[in-house]
Amino acid sequence: MSELMDFLSMGGYAFYVWTSYALTTIILLGIVIWSSRQLKQSRTQAIRRAQQHRKR
Amino acid sequence: MYRFADRLAPWLAGLCVLCLVAGLYLGLVVAPADYEQGDSYRIIYIHVPAAWMSMFVYVVMATSSAVFLIWRLKIADMVALASAPIGAAFTAVALLTGSFWGKPMWGTWWIWDARLTSELLLLFLYLGYLALRGALETPQSASKAAAILAIVGVVNIPIIHFSVEWWNTLHQPATITKFDKPSMHISMLRPLLLMVLAFQLLYFHNLMVRVRALILQRENRASWVAELAEKNHV
Repeated sequence: MSELMDFLSMGGYAFYVWTSYALTTIILLGIVIWSSRQLKQSRTQAIRRAQQHRKR
Repeated sequence: MYRFADRLAPWLAGLCVLCLVAGLYLGLVVAPADYEQGDSYRIIYIHVPAAWMSMFVYVVMATSSAVFLIWRLKIADMVALASAPIGAAFTAVALLTGSFWGKPMWGTWWIWDARLTSELLLLFLYLGYLALRGALETPQSASKAAAILAIVGVVNIPIIHFSVEWWNTLHQPATITKFDKPSMHISMLRPLLLMVLAFQLLYFHNLMVRVRALILQRENRASWVAELAEKNHV
């Protein structure tokens, strides 16, 4: 348990270290989610277009 | 090209996660604290990879812009466009983590020195590029104007890289680019290189995703897109 506390305290720099890692996670995860959403959207649009095309 | 990106993506993602887990474990748990900076130096494991990627992505963007202008390759234009937001994200990470490292070590969140200012300029180049693409009416002229901006902006890259040598500054000089003898112990260097690799893979994976989305949007009249879509293969 104390080992875990030691790890989390980062030698007294916990605030700086963990805020940095948290911000990085938010930004990088954000761009990953944004990109995959765009791909999903483009896919559904392409499928819809193909279906409309077949109906005609 | 689309199928290629489609097949490569899961491999890139898997490898990226692997490197990320190994790099974070070795960097945050196994590697010893720095004798001068204590544990605060552990920010290096995201700061340096992000800063490196901010420059790497820009060089990719400028190169593919040049390829697009010279050979009129549409895919090169898509690679440049897809890279810009990812590069901007890495630049933001580098600036923010640098700030959170600078505060405990230098006593300030920000100084207008050469390294920090040129990195901030890089962020504005990315954002300017994206704004230009959004602002111009016809896609062709937007691609062309943005490509020229990307190529002109590449002069900033050597300025960022050499800024710590050309000007006296608070920012510490390069740690790993000294090829002959890195000034870092192997236990600290290994996780750093793993994190660089992880960020590199994250970029390529993200690039594949964004380029696929752009191909589907732009080639919407191509018969192969319709064919794939009919079979639900996209």
